[in-house]
Amino acid sequence: MKTLLNNIQLQLTLQRLAHQLVENHNSFSNTAIIGIQPRGILLSDRIVKMVQNIIGNNCISYGKLDITFYRDDVHTTSDIQLPSETDISFNIEGKRVILIDDVLYTGRTIRSAMDALIDFGRPAGVELLVLVDRRFSRELPIHPDYTGYTVDTILTQKVKVYWQEKDGKDEVVLIDKK
Amino acid sequence: MIAIANFIYIYKTERIQGNMLSVKHLLGIREITAEDVALIFKTADNFKQVLQRPIKKVPSLRDTTVANVFFENSTRTRLSFELAEKRLGADVVNFSASSSSVSKGETLIDTVKNILAMKVDMVVMRHAASGAPWFLANHINASIINAGDGTNEHPTQALLDAYSMREKIGDLKGKHIAVIGDIMHSRVALSNIYCLTKLGAKVTVAGPPTLIPKHIQSMGVRVEYNLKKALEWCDVANVLRIQLERQHKPLFSTLREYALYYGVNRSMLDSLKKDIVIMHPGPINRGVELNSDVADSKQSIILDQVENGVAIRMAVVYLLSGKRDNIE
Repeated sequence: MKTLLNNIQLQLTLQRLAHQLVENHNSFSNTAIIGIQPRGILLSDRIVKMVQNIIGNNCISYGKLDITFYRDDVHTTSDIQLPSETDISFNIEGKRVILIDDVLYTGRTIRSAMDALIDFGRPAGVELLVLVDRRFSRELPIHPDYTGYTVDTILTQKVKVYWQEKDGKDEVVLIDKK
Repeated sequence: MIAIANFIYIYKTERIQGNMLSVKHLLGIREITAEDVALIFKTADNFKQVLQRPIKKVPSLRDTTVANVFFENSTRTRLSFELAEKRLGADVVNFSASSSSVSKGETLIDTVKNILAMKVDMVVMRHAASGAPWFLANHINASIINAGDGTNEHPTQALLDAYSMREKIGDLKGKHIAVIGDIMHSRVALSNIYCLTKLGAKVTVAGPPTLIPKHIQSMGVRVEYNLKKALEWCDVANVLRIQLERQHKPLFSTLREYALYYGVNRSMLDSLKKDIVIMHPGPINRGVELNSDVADSKQSIILDQVENGVAIRMAVVYLLSGKRDNIE
């Protein structure tokens, strides 16, 4: 196991990502942030809080998206996926949407998320923010617009992001699966 | 001691998180566990959310084909299953006995094997003979969902009934539920009893003695022959349809007499000290088991039942579709 980002590094990275978002979206008047369930929302919760602090405004459109029913591996995995809550209480029609997930790997989750998102309306544009980009492992032509940390990995490795709220610590690690 | 309790708790939640039903088919509520019911309810919650959206459809079963095989008439159940399957993105074929080769003398197995030869992954079946889905499950490989078999079980109806009750009055543990009417011929009654007792509710069956099977107490339910007393006791009354088509000998003198003694009407509900919830699986014989001034009142959740039916059936089809590994 190797630590990619420790507590302090993770804080700095999150701060940078939040500032990058504000740089591109100013007051967030026509922008919505959507976290991908289940692990992406832990990241999006933090990012939204930071952005609100920076722009001094806490009425950002923020939603949570569950993509279970849009996955393409319903019959290939042994356990059927159980859904989490989807909570999008605003209209995404014409909005600029920022999708947030913790780790980008094959790109299939993001593909599902885009399909799921479009069932709620036609956004003006969709951007992708990820904390960790596992480079060179994509199976689909998907690329993040905001990246916290880039890492080269092999198939037998796994990137795990721990959050204080859920796991009791803030840390990003690289694990070797045997 | 606390450690053991903790362990049991973790074990239980992990079983739920195992994300699998303990069965390959949904033949009856008798075969499934309380954990299965919890898993179906949890999944149905999510589908109910999907059904509120502008686009009420998800693509998760776009590679699945489902055959709805109905050897008996149905409006609600069939429509509900068809909508559920379509909203999961599955392909659907419908079959009804009256317009098929069954009238030319084809057997049940032959009929279904022919349907499966056209690469169908799942069969939803209603049949007039009790036990028909079990028989079929022994002979074919696809997942089977029982949509009602004779006077035996109607599992998805019981699930949506319990789900609707839970939505209205909260956790069913310890709650008083009365199932009223033609208990003898009703598959809804039997599945309801299995489901509600599994969820910890207290169940009373009420109706004329000729319509209540002997020894039904052995299923852990109370029997009440006086409608008023049953209504006074219960939090929810699930009123069942009088199934004249299954009564081959007269079991009460006239429908009018039945309505007089066992029909639920407004004045009777008003005389109770509390507001009870009224349910009916449909189709209603208005003026017989249920008066219009009750069926269309605020206390009735009959249309909620229909609405929840789609979400529950989506959950069942979705959860069973995962078990594709041993299906050719």
